[in-house]
Amino acid sequence: MQCIKIWVAIALATAFSGAQAMTEDDPFVSQVIIDQLETRSAEGSNPLVLEADAWFGYDLHKLWLKADVEKVGSEIEESEFQALYSRAIDPYWDLQIGWRHNTKPQPSRDWLALGFKGLAPYWIETDAALFIGKNNQVNARLTFEHEMLFTQQLVLIPELSMNLFSKQDAAAEVGSGLSDMSFGLRLGYEIKREFAPYVGVNWTKKFGGTADHARAAEEKVSDTQFVAGIRAWF
Amino acid sequence: MQKIIFPNESVSLSRRRFVKGLVAGGAVMGLGVGPSASAMVVPRTGQNTLSGSTFDLTYSPVKVNFTGNERFAMAINGSVPAPTLRFKEGADLILNVTNHLAEDTSIHWHGLILPSAQDGVPGISTGFNGIKPGTTFQYRFPAIQNGTYWYHSHSGFQEQMGAYGAIVIEPKAGYPYSFDREHVVVLSDWSDEKPEDVYTKLKKLPHYYNFRERTVGESLAQLKAQGLNAFLADRGMWNDMRMSDRDISDVTGYTYTFLMNGVTPADGWMGLFQCGEKVLLRFINAAAMTFFDVRIPGLKMTVVAADGQYVEPVSVDEFRIGVAETYDVIVEPSSEQAYSVFAQAIDRSGYARGTLTPHPEMTASVPEMDAAPILGHGDMGMDMRGMDHSGHDMGSMDHSGHNMRGMHHSSHHMVHMDHARHQIGCRNRMPMGSGPAGFGSKQAVVHAETEYGPHIDMRADAANYRLDDPGIGLRNNGRHVLTYAELFNLYKTHDPREPEREINLHLTGNMSRYMWSINGIKFADAEPLHLKYGERVRINLLNDTMMNHPIHLHGMWSDLETGDPDHIPRKHTVIVQPGAKISYLVSADAMGGWAYHCHLLYHMPGMFRKVVVS
Repeated sequence: MQCIKIWVAIALATAFSGAQAMTEDDPFVSQVIIDQLETRSAEGSNPLVLEADAWFGYDLHKLWLKADVEKVGSEIEESEFQALYSRAIDPYWDLQIGWRHNTKPQPSRDWLALGFKGLAPYWIETDAALFIGKNNQVNARLTFEHEMLFTQQLVLIPELSMNLFSKQDAAAEVGSGLSDMSFGLRLGYEIKREFAPYVGVNWTKKFGGTADHARAAEEKVSDTQFVAGIRAWF
Repeated sequence: MQKIIFPNESVSLSRRRFVKGLVAGGAVMGLGVGPSASAMVVPRTGQNTLSGSTFDLTYSPVKVNFTGNERFAMAINGSVPAPTLRFKEGADLILNVTNHLAEDTSIHWHGLILPSAQDGVPGISTGFNGIKPGTTFQYRFPAIQNGTYWYHSHSGFQEQMGAYGAIVIEPKAGYPYSFDREHVVVLSDWSDEKPEDVYTKLKKLPHYYNFRERTVGESLAQLKAQGLNAFLADRGMWNDMRMSDRDISDVTGYTYTFLMNGVTPADGWMGLFQCGEKVLLRFINAAAMTFFDVRIPGLKMTVVAADGQYVEPVSVDEFRIGVAETYDVIVEPSSEQAYSVFAQAIDRSGYARGTLTPHPEMTASVPEMDAAPILGHGDMGMDMRGMDHSGHDMGSMDHSGHNMRGMHHSSHHMVHMDHARHQIGCRNRMPMGSGPAGFGSKQAVVHAETEYGPHIDMRADAANYRLDDPGIGLRNNGRHVLTYAELFNLYKTHDPREPEREINLHLTGNMSRYMWSINGIKFADAEPLHLKYGERVRINLLNDTMMNHPIHLHGMWSDLETGDPDHIPRKHTVIVQPGAKISYLVSADAMGGWAYHCHLLYHMPGMFRKVVVS
């Protein structure tokens, strides 16, 4: 029911954007968040990476979209999209349920997404999701992020994320168990709240069967890259 | 126009300009409005005054320039603030309000006792649905009281755009004090942003305007000063709760320019006096979101009225004025010098200021702002037993725990007080029996089931009466700061009846989602609160959030229980401190529908109730 309400509201708000009655305590709000738009140092072409979210809705119910795209040269190497219904279940946590679609790398994969996104104690932004795909393949993904303020504008963000798979998927070049992990440190300067250029380092490593696939394809199993990019929202 | 540079501030240039405002910034008075009209200036002496018993007030968009950027204000009679309305107690008032805006509007006469139909809250006041564009609404009611009040739009967020002004009602029977001269001092906050944009930003990023967040360096310094255990004990609570101890104001000097009588801090409002005069200052906080701490270095202020009602005079160095409150004070400048009237925002992100001076060319130095306050565990209404308080601002906290049956006036409480100058206790009797009028409630704190869920981030389990607590940022500052415990009605309690029943209302919210409610239920989902005509009730407000909320009941007085049943002060707006509770009595002597809400503009849509007296 709430889901329908949100879709209707989105349709209405798109049609009459900006015309909401603002005495309403819970107006229709939307936000686009470009969490990372960065280039990474690499041999050959430097990849361009985009991690972005958009949400539409109300205090407790939102439609949440997530995009994760990596482009090397003129090739899209990775692209993933999620469309989720996000429902607040706790002061700091949202339950997110929906659909995830990977177009790259090939072959494309579709997943049922089920996750918890929120703020853990000690101010750790957390996104913990389970994705259930074809043949009961299960992908667990954990992402943690924390903001460390050196000044009100100079902010260091450590970020840790990892993927685990219930079984191997040779076509998608993943093995079972812990598949990959990345750890980033990004130092940004908030010129204003909505805009912060940053520089940092990003370390990635593949494990187990996924690492074997990488070796077979003569790709790096572990890499440390310097990054530079912008964080923005509106 | 000249821009000014303030080299000693650590904020960026653009923010500096917002906080201090523009020299000669202001709003035009009395000019016709058209797209080509350029923004003009409020004289440093402030808004003009209209007197009589019939008033014509017209809303129109007017160009203003407080920051270097031209913006449209929703002005009344072409000025921000609107003209001061001055009339006599007993006058039969006719107020014609014409709307030349493109949207509905309204005027609420804040603190005035009048029929519901004249109260000016669209959809709440009996039969009133706002004033449509191009129409005139006539308010008619008698002035049955005297004192300092104010008026403002009660539609949407219009108040943030300049729709407010002062009301002075002269007493029929003369003043119970003497003075030679008076000035109205309207404090407010101006933003160049549209209020709807401010609200949306708060929904997206609730700390958007807070640029005093804890830094890594501060945490390391605290660790070094306190040692690991004390540091972890303190930080653990905040980190577990995912709350910021720097969360004082939702909207700050980052976007606000604080105004005194419509004059920016860069210019400074100017009030004249002659040496030896007694000067009555009528302070009104007409801000949308800002509490001010007011002082006039070098002068004692004698508080003679609160919210328009006379109180026993109390001499103070400073007072906190919550949004929508008013205080009348008398000062007696005895030397030929200028004095700064200094009103710093509660979060110290800026200030409004003016000068009291015997000569226009004489100036006074502007004091430094105090350090930005940091919330303590007690401000969260937490039980402090067994905790290490070292390093906390715990000066006036009562640590006695959950069972607060009348404890706020007991000797036990005084043991924990180090405010010897607060002369309470000598007249405040220890209540016996079941919460008699004047002493507050004996009921235990119970949180409703509706207070649990994603819309609530905090419940104060050890909320205490803190009448004698001057509040966050004012404790132990070396000045005598007014507290509610010092407010006593100059006259006998108007309605000495004991309350027939008690209503418990918890002020609730989730800062991280920017949601506000009462008892966990927002206005849109709430049933009206019913009062029986003629009944005397006690309302217990408990603040389950970490912010001060100024709670305003329309149409009826809030008889604040400060400890003397014979001299209960009457207020229209009552500050409920974070993690604290407070009680007042209400005589339900006004039929009809009334608004009852937090007067912080961006809390108001949710933290709101309709009260129906029938």
